[in-house]
Amino acid sequence: MTFRKYLVLAGVAVFAVTGDSLVSRGMKQVGGVSLHHLASIILVVTRPEVALGVLFLLAFLACYLTALSWADLTYVLPTTSVSFILLTLVAKFILHENVSPARWAGVLMISIGVGFVTQGPALTVPRRREPHDRVAGPISARTES
Amino acid sequence: MNQLYPWAAVVCIVLTSTTGDVLLSRTMKQVGDVGELRRRSGLAHVLAKILRNPNFVLAIMAMATAFYAMLFGLSWGDVSLVIPASTSLTFVTNAVAAKIFLHEAVDHRRWAAAVLVAGGVILLAL
Repeated sequence: MTFRKYLVLAGVAVFAVTGDSLVSRGMKQVGGVSLHHLASIILVVTRPEVALGVLFLLAFLACYLTALSWADLTYVLPTTSVSFILLTLVAKFILHENVSPARWAGVLMISIGVGFVTQGPALTVPRRREPHDRVAGPISARTES
Repeated sequence: MNQLYPWAAVVCIVLTSTTGDVLLSRTMKQVGDVGELRRRSGLAHVLAKILRNPNFVLAIMAMATAFYAMLFGLSWGDVSLVIPASTSLTFVTNAVAAKIFLHEAVDHRRWAAAVLVAGGVILLAL
């Protein structure tokens, strides 16, 4: 894993949490959506908060796709859950919100989970190689850590 | 509003986002390392290769369904229920789906990570 790859994983975490927060804020302003007015759920993406949230979620998708091109799904997902830790730290130290012991326990559990995953290899399945790629060793030799 | 509605949305989000994640992961393994490919052939080639992959189209459809299920869920229930419940369950279903469909080596470390992260997400919502 290079520094650049860790930056991509950080991008996934930061963009996802920003996008979700903006969409959530926009939807709260819209209020309850009825199943009988399905058009309103499509038009909701024209609201500024939701539209900005969608832009951040697109940036998240770009980083997420990049990460999935060189790492397993079961490696990428837990490592990007760092976003929950970041959100709690922002709530405590920047927004000065009260963070309960249960939430600190949650942060600790996520940290341990991320620690478990990052100790292992990032990729355990063979990638399809281009015909002109010269690497042709066994799968284990190509496994990246 | 029926109290089952938010949970129906959660089940829908979990199933569709897991499907989307597995299909996206399969797409990107078929495409190859984006960084290497971009240096060799340029960004346009990378984008074309991703967009032309049928798994990618299916993945986007699944993720769009998950997104709209999330919008419905957020309008029916509290964000503190819908987001943590769907997010934490997705970590576990993704580990199961990655092992079955992507043949990833989900060892004890990765199972532990999926369960710890899922539990941690629930605790954050308390």
